[in-house]
Amino acid sequence: MTGYIFRRVLQAIPVFFGTTFLIYFMVFAMPGDPVLALFGDKTPSPAVIEQLRQQYHLDQPFIVQYFIYIGGIFRGDLGVSFSGQPVADILARTFPVTIRLAILALLFETVAGILVGLISGLRKGKLFDASALTISLILISLPIFVIAFVAQFVFGVQLGWARTTVGPGAPIQDLVLPALVLASISFAQIVRLTRSSVIETSGLDFVRTAYSKGLSRKRIIPVHILRNSLIPVITYLATDFGVLLVGATVTEGIFNVPGVGNTLYQAIIRGEGPTVVSFVTVMVLLYLVVNLVVDLLYGLLDPRIRFVK
Amino acid sequence: MRSAGHFVAPLEETPIAAIDDVKVAEKPSNLWIDAWRDARRRPIFWISGGLILLVLVVALFPWIFTQTPPNDQCFLSNSNGGPDSGHPLGYTKLGCDVYSRIINGTSTSLSVGLLVIVLTTVLGVFFGAFAGFYGGWVDATLSRLGDIFFSIPYILAAVVIMSVLSQYRSIWTISLAIGLFAWPSTARVLRAEILRVKQADYITASEALGVSKLKILFRHVLPNSIAPVIAITTISLAGAIVAEATLSFLGVGLGSDVMSWGNDINRAQSDLRTNPMTLIYPSAALSITVFSFILLGEVVRDALDPKARALR
Amino acid sequence: MKIRRIGIGAIALAAASALVLSGCATGGDTPSTSSSGDSSAIVSTNGSEPQNPLIPTNTTETGGGKIVDALFAGLVYYDEKGAPVNDVAESIESTDAQNYTVKIKSGLKFTNGDPVDAASFVDAWQYGALLSNAQGSSYFFADIEGYSDSADSPLTGLVVVDDTTFTIKLSTPQSDFPLRLGYSAFYPLPKSAYADMKAFGENPIGNGPYKFASDTAWQHNVQVDLVANPDYTGGRAAKNGGLKIVFYANQDAAYSDLLGGNLDVLDAIPDSQFANYKTDLGDRAVNQPAAIFQSFTIPNRLAHLGGKEGQLRRAAISMAIDREEITKVIFEGTRTPASDFTSPVIDGWTDSLKGADVLKFDPDEAKKLWAEADKISPWEGSFQIGYNSDGGHAGWVDAVTQGLKNNLGIDATGAPYPTFKELLTDEDNRTIQTAFRSGWQADYPGLFNFLSPLYQTGAGSNYGDYSNPDFDALLKKGASETDADAANKDYEAAQEILLTDLPVIPLWYSNVVGGHSEQVSNVKFGWNSVPLYYEVTKK
Repeated sequence: MTGYIFRRVLQAIPVFFGTTFLIYFMVFAMPGDPVLALFGDKTPSPAVIEQLRQQYHLDQPFIVQYFIYIGGIFRGDLGVSFSGQPVADILARTFPVTIRLAILALLFETVAGILVGLISGLRKGKLFDASALTISLILISLPIFVIAFVAQFVFGVQLGWARTTVGPGAPIQDLVLPALVLASISFAQIVRLTRSSVIETSGLDFVRTAYSKGLSRKRIIPVHILRNSLIPVITYLATDFGVLLVGATVTEGIFNVPGVGNTLYQAIIRGEGPTVVSFVTVMVLLYLVVNLVVDLLYGLLDPRIRFVK
Repeated sequence: MRSAGHFVAPLEETPIAAIDDVKVAEKPSNLWIDAWRDARRRPIFWISGGLILLVLVVALFPWIFTQTPPNDQCFLSNSNGGPDSGHPLGYTKLGCDVYSRIINGTSTSLSVGLLVIVLTTVLGVFFGAFAGFYGGWVDATLSRLGDIFFSIPYILAAVVIMSVLSQYRSIWTISLAIGLFAWPSTARVLRAEILRVKQADYITASEALGVSKLKILFRHVLPNSIAPVIAITTISLAGAIVAEATLSFLGVGLGSDVMSWGNDINRAQSDLRTNPMTLIYPSAALSITVFSFILLGEVVRDALDPKARALR
Repeated sequence: MKIRRIGIGAIALAAASALVLSGCATGGDTPSTSSSGDSSAIVSTNGSEPQNPLIPTNTTETGGGKIVDALFAGLVYYDEKGAPVNDVAESIESTDAQNYTVKIKSGLKFTNGDPVDAASFVDAWQYGALLSNAQGSSYFFADIEGYSDSADSPLTGLVVVDDTTFTIKLSTPQSDFPLRLGYSAFYPLPKSAYADMKAFGENPIGNGPYKFASDTAWQHNVQVDLVANPDYTGGRAAKNGGLKIVFYANQDAAYSDLLGGNLDVLDAIPDSQFANYKTDLGDRAVNQPAAIFQSFTIPNRLAHLGGKEGQLRRAAISMAIDREEITKVIFEGTRTPASDFTSPVIDGWTDSLKGADVLKFDPDEAKKLWAEADKISPWEGSFQIGYNSDGGHAGWVDAVTQGLKNNLGIDATGAPYPTFKELLTDEDNRTIQTAFRSGWQADYPGLFNFLSPLYQTGAGSNYGDYSNPDFDALLKKGASETDADAANKDYEAAQEILLTDLPVIPLWYSNVVGGHSEQVSNVKFGWNSVPLYYEVTKK
């Protein structure tokens, strides 16, 4: 077990270099001069532009920029953003907020998705199943912008049940509405996945054996069916966690959440190499941990699966 | 000297694998033929098939359904106008015919959606199947490669790909931009399912029979693990069509003169409170299309699962 | 994600219906009310995370500008009507538009107790102009003698006479120079700032109507808390207890907060709400012209768009655009069709320039001119307008190109760039092969500021490479006039040249579109879209 975890941690090293290199290259390959854009339609004197280029090492070739950045990381310096703030501070400020939001969203979509998916699977082809499909279809065919805006307008402005945007400090109660909106995108996927998995598991021999042994549904459904159906769902949830961390740009914008999605998007648009790479690096490390945990969970859910050799 | 524990007959004595092979060759029926026989008996198959056929006909021959040009003859004086004769669904903000835009947008949206799911499925199945089935260093390499791709924010990836390929912006490049960074999700779900399925008795049996590893993977493991992939993929179709819209919105999509549902949905957002119908119509077209693919996915899934067949 | 991108560099705080000339800024010293309002009456408003530390000479965008303007007091400020009023200055005098003598009020202090004296200004300007300090607003000092943008060089034109007096010598006469002094680049800095400018930018110490509520008032990406500065004695004394400037990355969020009662003053209604804001806000909605000019530039180098043929085609394109209809339908009346190259809130603006008919919708005349140009050389290809998709321009670009398609019978489309920086880089390298959107938000209220940086030969933002010696001569003449009306006459004549050459196609002036909650009253908007926060009172 420890050996397996150790191997997985070792694997993080090439992933770290692969990701940072690829991302740095992509930011570098993005067309447009980031320094020019700092000044909008106004043009500062060329000498000032030159100064700023030097300050951010933008006058150096790509590979030199990359090694300056990597060198900085090993000295514990993640660089500074164009606004002069240490990237480390920005990370420390945004990740806690976004992780809170992501966990809340994950909680909502897991509970609602698995519950609806389970009932749909057990009552395949019945009214509940059809209604769940209809709701899923509506949610997935509307862009997140629309769902977020409607939710904000109805619950925030008209009914006043929630604060329209997230207030300072991003308290949990303010995050509920954006988390629900975020959860709505993956809800459909989880319902379909759980449902399909439940249908498959229900037909397996051990479930039929359980029924014929006379076990109650109360025991068979959670213990035999659900537990054995969860592997694909949990896997999907893990990938979704990654999406929630970086991909919540639109929702974070509409609810004014000072989180990762928003900050990362701005950094990408501005071409701030160090900021983008640092964010993605933290993200990929988190993602590796989550995947490791999920792989270990497989063994728990299905004892036949063993990684440890 | 043979050990006393297990007795394994040498293959030349009891060539079970060979017998197994002959059987398959003799019987014209296989998994896919069985699936087809099962599927064609179900009304839901014909309903979804008919819907998909209809969408395909609209995509290929839009002129059968409307003669109104989608992008020319737009007048601001018709802005957000309601339905009138010859324009059953009214007008967009720029005064273009909504019905004609939906009909003419079908081809782009459907192409992007299908190309993306083909791309993610091919890549996802390849990476997921080998990683899950072979395990060890194959798993480590393929899975970590997937992690790298998955960690890259797709907006960044799309902006870079579409800017670099700005001369060649087409349905193909935009599908590449969307699909190239979405497949790890499919791969991981498939890998998980394969980890589970490969422990099953019939797999152990096949191995014991000496069936080659590749054959086991493609004949036995994959068909039994594909259900969650189908469940995700049919829903992803909608995601891909909407993603095309998001990219257009970010300025890295297809040009504004290209008709697509996603483009129209995005354009209609600013009129959400004043004229929601311009948003609802293309969304509905999207829903119906995705709905028919989900139904078809259901049928295929059931048909591929012999146990589900037996239950009916 | 919509980011307000029109002239990011613009933060001047003024509307000018009166041009300040040498000596005429002596009066108008509004008696200080000094009654900093109820300390609990904090007014909340929208803003955006400053892109740079809060150093006045390095604050080139609206997010930081709003805060800097509240924290600092310059020599002059602009009142509600836009007239410049002395703030720290006692008098600004000149007889030749080239040599200025500035006297400042004595006894003023920064919030840390440092005195505000002549050196506070001169040192701050020297700092801002020095090349190696790489300050974004350094070009504001370009007209002061000694300025150089190729080597570090002190501004020799600035001389401290005594504690309350200094003199400015310009390298050429600039009649509107005193008018520029309300811009944030010209704010003073306390002595303590220079020791660690970066730390100062995080926690600035000013002399303005507000100050930081605490050392940690600036919560990055969240908000900044300001409280009224009781020591401020100028005409902008706060009538409320303070400001809470909440940072939004998305204007839709700010609008929802206004409706939801979490925000008191909003200075930018998102374009997605143009159709609703009047019904949502009633008489709490504001829609008035601002000093923002919008256009699209047609570079001279484009095929068929230069020379005599180009002049005909440019006029045809201009006349094929129905500005009235587009501003009504696409912008719901939040833009005003343009009739010149400046803005109606600027003193000297007129809608009756000779040749302004070319900005009126006339499809028949447009077709005729286009056909005439075709006789010189037949048109081929597609007319495209480049724009950045991160600025909410898609709607009007489509409407304009649609108009060209309908009225000229040519193929016309928008050419989106994903980011502003890509568009800018292509403009800057002159690699852009299409027309492209352009715009200007004035730094200070003067016609000159709308013309010189954009159309003068070789000017910094002259991305279309327009060059006309007659136009250049008129601008130069205007700059050296000591009489405001005479100067404006020169600028009018210069604009009439532009109306024939059409280096850019003027489209419309942006309006200030804002609103406020029921909790506050006396919300007045300056010409540049920024509310006069110090006037706002909270119930």
